[in-house]
Amino acid sequence: MIEAKGITKFYGNGESRFQVLKNISLKIEDGDFAVILGASGSGKSTLLNVLSGLETPEGGGVIYDKTDITGLSDSMLTRFRRENIGFIFQQYYLLPDMDVARNVKMGADLASNKEYKEIIEAVGLGEKQHKYPAELSGGEQQRVSVARALAKRPKVLFLDEPTGALDEQTGRQVLDYICRLHEEYGFTIVMVTHNQNIAEMADTVIRMNSGKISDIYTNKVQKSAYEIGW
Amino acid sequence: MVIGIKDAAKLTGVSIIAFCAVLVCTMFLNFNMDIAGIKEEITMPQALAFYEAQVSSAKVVSMVSGGCLLATSVVMLLFYIRHYIDIHRKELGILKALGYSNLQIARNFGVFGVSILIGTALGFGGAFLLMPLFYEIQNEDKILPEILIHFHPVLLAGMVIIPTAAFAALAVAYAGCQLRKPALALLRDSFQYSGKAKRRGKERDSDREFTADLKKNTLKSKKTLVFFIVFASFCFSSMTQMSFSMKELSSVMMGAMMLLIGLVLACTTLFLAITTVIRGNTKTIAMMRVFGYSQEECCKAVLGGYRPLAYVGFAIGTGYQYGLLRMMVDIVFRDIPGVPAYEFDVSMMLISLAAFLAIYELIMRIYSEKIRKISVKEIMLE
Repeated sequence: MIEAKGITKFYGNGESRFQVLKNISLKIEDGDFAVILGASGSGKSTLLNVLSGLETPEGGGVIYDKTDITGLSDSMLTRFRRENIGFIFQQYYLLPDMDVARNVKMGADLASNKEYKEIIEAVGLGEKQHKYPAELSGGEQQRVSVARALAKRPKVLFLDEPTGALDEQTGRQVLDYICRLHEEYGFTIVMVTHNQNIAEMADTVIRMNSGKISDIYTNKVQKSAYEIGW
Repeated sequence: MVIGIKDAAKLTGVSIIAFCAVLVCTMFLNFNMDIAGIKEEITMPQALAFYEAQVSSAKVVSMVSGGCLLATSVVMLLFYIRHYIDIHRKELGILKALGYSNLQIARNFGVFGVSILIGTALGFGGAFLLMPLFYEIQNEDKILPEILIHFHPVLLAGMVIIPTAAFAALAVAYAGCQLRKPALALLRDSFQYSGKAKRRGKERDSDREFTADLKKNTLKSKKTLVFFIVFASFCFSSMTQMSFSMKELSSVMMGAMMLLIGLVLACTTLFLAITTVIRGNTKTIAMMRVFGYSQEECCKAVLGGYRPLAYVGFAIGTGYQYGLLRMMVDIVFRDIPGVPAYEFDVSMMLISLAAFLAIYELIMRIYSEKIRKISVKEIMLE
């Protein structure tokens, strides 16, 4: 379980210093599909970065099964991410000089996963594993990013606006892959989005506004990627 | 426009090299021009021989130092322009897409001539400041009649005005050539792909560890950085060893000057090369860290590949400086009496190697620590 207790986070210095996260507390159960929903500037991406150990808060703690990661050193945090966390970003961040197989291997090697090619097949890129990112469409690049994240067998997968740069059809396709793999592997998902419709796919929705949680609710029925509006 | 004085100011390395080249060449060439004026006053055969030795040694030093430093400046300038275009390809692509012609964009690269102007002007002024002392030492035994310092406008043109204009023109021309690509090619991420042979090779290697693959790929895909690190190591090795060796072959003043210039240039080039290499790979390292690779794994995979190439550069530089000095002693100074025998200095080579290793590893360590502090937010904002 991921538990955030009284998280506060500031950006800037002096007069330009402002509070991005204001006393955030939440709990996300193992295997849950949680969506952090909010408008641009609401602090949702910062919360994701803090929950995943990419950024350290000024106050509060993030606890993973009794371990408070906010107190870990830089190298211990890196080790923690290596063993537990997967990331999918809006801008993919693939290595441009490495082909699909090697980009996925970047994640697979961290978990000594020799079966990474199965994941490439699972995201529908088996035929394109020797293509380079520049030879792929945006949707295909995001699927490589999905495969890379899953190849390291994460316990928690963090996604920051994974469909933000994709058209509707490709976006639905990528979300469908993520949901299918979530069901198969049972990892926890924490996804940031501004799209209300995508939130209908989640178990838990955390709504954010101006650095605070304005609402947390559970969807009784989770819709599939092809059932939601866009 | 995307290129400004700030970008030109980053060419400090080129300014330093231009400064050193002009400082040395101006002093020796001015001395040569002034000494020519007193030739007719020399009557003693011993003084005439001394005069001839002074003239030929000044010519050789100007040619060797000036030539080497000019070549280094040109290489560094071209490297920087290419690197600048690589890292600003999107902005340049947008300008092209908006309808700016290659020449309109390339014209802005002329601002890089400012770094040459700063270096050459300071070098020229510095030479005149040092000249009284230099003239005195060159004729300290008073074998020649008194040599007065004169200002030669032709030297100002040749050492400051023409190099500035030439470098600015070279920058524009080279940038123009580099920009001869479709706007879309500049807007896309940099990536090279050349045919089936390359692809077959990659398939065969696909079972290697990711970090080993990355090490190999980093060197393949960043050839300009590979060239720069080899070149900088070559410069470090040849400049440090040559400046110590020249101390034996020349006057104290000349030797000390060559040594100082050699050390400044060697450290500047190496520092610029290593920092450029690290900056060129920062994004990859930062993303690897996000995924959980340790700092040591990242540096080993991304930066470790450059180390053996740096040693190769050092070895080539050692051979080059030995060959050049051997040639100078055996051919150029053959008829000049009193020139000591030149032998390869093993202890000097070992000292230079030790200094090289220490500086290389120190800069790598400092900049790796800087990368460690880059947050994912900074990468995302790029």
